[in-house]
Amino acid sequence: MTADARAALERTFRDEWARVLAGLARHVGVGVAEEATADAFAQAADAWPRDGVPRNPAAWLAVAARRRAIDRLRRERSQVARADALAALPVPAAEEPGSMPDDRLELLFTCCHPALSEEAQVALTLRAVGGLETAQVARAFLVTEPAMAQRLVRAKHKIEAAGIPFRMPDGDELPGRLHTVLHVLYLVFNEGYEATAGDALGRPDLAAEAIRLSRLLAVLMPDEPEALGLLALMLLTDARAPGRTDADGAFVGLAEQDRTRWDRALAGEGNHVLRRAIGLRNAGPFQLQAMIASLHVLAPSFERTDWNQIAELYGLLAQAQPSPVIEINRAAALTLAGACGRARQLIDPLLADPRLRSYVPLHATDAELHRLAGDAGAAREAYDRAIAASANAVQRSELARRRAAI
Amino acid sequence: MQYLLLIYTDPAKAPAMGSPESNAQMPKWNSFTEALRESGAFLAGDALHPVSAATTVRKDGVVTDGPFAETKEALGGYYAIDVPDLDAAIAWAAKMPSLDYGSVEIRPVFDFAAAAAAVPQGAAAE
Repeated sequence: MTADARAALERTFRDEWARVLAGLARHVGVGVAEEATADAFAQAADAWPRDGVPRNPAAWLAVAARRRAIDRLRRERSQVARADALAALPVPAAEEPGSMPDDRLELLFTCCHPALSEEAQVALTLRAVGGLETAQVARAFLVTEPAMAQRLVRAKHKIEAAGIPFRMPDGDELPGRLHTVLHVLYLVFNEGYEATAGDALGRPDLAAEAIRLSRLLAVLMPDEPEALGLLALMLLTDARAPGRTDADGAFVGLAEQDRTRWDRALAGEGNHVLRRAIGLRNAGPFQLQAMIASLHVLAPSFERTDWNQIAELYGLLAQAQPSPVIEINRAAALTLAGACGRARQLIDPLLADPRLRSYVPLHATDAELHRLAGDAGAAREAYDRAIAASANAVQRSELARRRAAI
Repeated sequence: MQYLLLIYTDPAKAPAMGSPESNAQMPKWNSFTEALRESGAFLAGDALHPVSAATTVRKDGVVTDGPFAETKEALGGYYAIDVPDLDAAIAWAAKMPSLDYGSVEIRPVFDFAAAAAAVPQGAAAE
């Protein structure tokens, strides 16, 4: 019984946390809704093992969360009217499972409101939409739990004090606001995939959480090509994750990866989602990146990758969002495609850019182009610059190996 | 909710008050203010003299010339508005004719009545 109750609680938590919180946030704001929803789940952890799992767990939680919200609001005199208004609303029908309203999209867009800092958007999205404990969010971003709690309190306070509304942006606002939401999910995924700090290469929990939230967004906005593009990008990137580390946990570059270790099921799903996105006929940066990831997944080997097409896609990506980093990737793809002259044309102006002086991939590509052109001296010098700029020991030894092989 | 829309402009870029460029802008400001009034959101609004006319007061009666801090953008005017939420305030701010040479800071007005009422119930009786 207790094991059943615990399993039911965990399942309900995973599936319904955001829906319960969102339904309440519409009436009382994200801050009170988050606290009351946490209260309700704590109450369920107490009651369900004792009294049995209710027939409709989600509705039980919605009712409990509402009661706790009313209690919390009544404690403050200025909020009594709000508490009364909430108490006067019809109780969600506990009998019909499909009857609960779905305000999760409004919740996601509110957590990602541009009036909140990027840090606050990310933290709030993981806590309120993802249901992660404050301690988990703190661990994910390598800050102390009190610091993360403070960040969340400030974010919730800003929503309340600044009057950030709980609503879906419409018309002209939507593209920009959607971009912010996608960017937040992308940041979470990246943090999980390529941890900016810490010992391990990635933090898979965070990548998995980003995928879960992107799946939810793709369900809620099935006709948004870039939302599907982002999900496809995550799936196609994550599919290659098992090949990125060797048995000792050391990083393995794309060229050396054992492609049989890639997750084919995940890649297949990624390609399926990507086809759906492309079918909507409105390309965007996330779809372009997903197409590049797809070409990597489909390639039988590093050498037999369609580098021409990848270079082409990087070209389109650079048009959509000009960035020297994209140009360097494009130059690297052109180099691998054998188009060294065009690659050199892209690289030379970037080498003159002082902001890129310590950008390792630029010097590594420069070195490779010199090597292919038969200029061993210039290639070694470029590798020296790349090695001097690298802060990563694994990367440095790999660059030194390539320099020695010239 | 009440918001103050603080109009910041870069004096190096903004046309000087009374200049032909500034005068040419007046119809835009007038129609902006008119639209704000018609919507019922307008509470107050003024343009300010430039920073060269500013005086700063500090603790112990220290009075100095100029703004309290060196910043590129200076406060040039304000509107006080009453709208449902921040998105509505942002929509008004985005229509300001001065955005070509500055920015608008949106600050919610502190509600003292609500803050006084936020004392927990029963605290008065104790």
